[in-house]
Amino acid sequence: MAAVEVEHLARRYGEREALSGVSLSLGKGQTLAVLGPNGAGKTTLLRILASLLRPHAGEVRVLEQRLPEDSWKVRGRVGLLAHEPMLYRSLSAEENLRFHARLHGVGAGRVAELLAALSLSERAAEPLRMLSRGMVQRVAIARTVLHEPELLLLDEPYANLDPAALELVGPLIGAESGRTRILCSHDPAGALAEADVVLGLRDGYVDVQGPAGEVSVGELEDLYR
Amino acid sequence: MSAQREGHATAPPEARVPLAPGTLPAGDRAEVAAVPLWPVVGAVLRKELRVELRTLESVPGMSLFALSTFVVFHFALNRTSVEGDLATGVLWVTLLFAALLGVNRLFVADAEEGGIDGFLMAPVDRTALLVAKQLTLLCYLAVLELVAVPAFALLLSVPFAHALPDLLLVLFLADLGIAVVGTLVAALAVQTRARDLLGPLLGLPLLVPIVIGAARATSPLLVAGHSGAPGARWLALLALYDLIFGLIAYAVFDFLLED
Repeated sequence: MAAVEVEHLARRYGEREALSGVSLSLGKGQTLAVLGPNGAGKTTLLRILASLLRPHAGEVRVLEQRLPEDSWKVRGRVGLLAHEPMLYRSLSAEENLRFHARLHGVGAGRVAELLAALSLSERAAEPLRMLSRGMVQRVAIARTVLHEPELLLLDEPYANLDPAALELVGPLIGAESGRTRILCSHDPAGALAEADVVLGLRDGYVDVQGPAGEVSVGELEDLYR
Repeated sequence: MSAQREGHATAPPEARVPLAPGTLPAGDRAEVAAVPLWPVVGAVLRKELRVELRTLESVPGMSLFALSTFVVFHFALNRTSVEGDLATGVLWVTLLFAALLGVNRLFVADAEEGGIDGFLMAPVDRTALLVAKQLTLLCYLAVLELVAVPAFALLLSVPFAHALPDLLLVLFLADLGIAVVGTLVAALAVQTRARDLLGPLLGLPLLVPIVIGAARATSPLLVAGHSGAPGARWLALLALYDLIFGLIAYAVFDFLLED
């Protein structure tokens, strides 16, 4: 059974088509890389799959549930890492994670475990506004995986991370995490290396689609020209 | 699959309970487990108060506005003291506008920092956010009045010490209404770009009945040598308005959070 199935998905913002006729299928444990220039519809796709936006046409099934009708059955099973970290800048990393842990019924031990895994323990008590962007991104990653989601929706997850941080986040959100992932990226070569399936969007339409082994870096780079 | 999964690093299954009746489609309630309502209300309320204590973006502004307004009235009215309807009008108009400052800020941190999305993706009853925000606004109003009411008495020499218990009852009922209506309006306004304008525009007409009820109930209390009690029918009106808008808020809040 597929973890994500989308057929003829469309979404508009006013008169503008943000997504049109998008179809895809992703098996459990697989990674889908979504590429495309700014405004191509990547973030809209992620927000629909996260049940934060309603599709205007088409069928969407996530973790065997229809969206938006059964979105409440999907909540708590999906982790979204968006451009906004969904964290409060005046609160510390620990306070933010504890807040989200309470929302998901997760114990405090998991918060400490993630802070240690991401080398954030020493600065866990400082307000987020005092931390660098890379550190805030690590806290956001901890928030995303706090409740052990089955499906990860990752919008440029490696932004602002240095090589050492990339190694730390790998087991949590990388291919080695074993989770089903949808990964938005602007790095064709990096995305191809991580993905099982690739989707290239341009102006809301599917431009490139197929197994990662059958799509070339050049085809994906053409999306940006 | 339910939210109670094998290997899921969560609280023990017995700590999770089905969503409250009425929040899920009939027939599916048994399949879904969610974090209980009140711990979530507590978590959101603690977070709200902690954010306010760190940023001081709402309550100090509300209090300073009220103090400044009383100073302006003190000089503009050019009287040594006020009482009765005039004192009531000064008090409630000032509290209303000060409250609107807090209403306008109620969801701003969530909207600007993405906190709403984080909440919407959690397996929780969305009523928890409504209740927590209402309690937050109630706390803001209580602190505002701790500052504003003594300042009002001092600056405008209003005689009400003898009627304090009655006045506290009126303040509580009015605050409850402002918190209920204000949260609803704030949730609606924050989704728009013109939220600073829309909040007061939507809020003022809905808050007018509260001000009328509160002012009529307060008026007999702010008279030198007062011996009467606040009008029972005005207290009943306030309580009824609180109840009606509490039910409306409960019914429509989910839809306000939807895309």
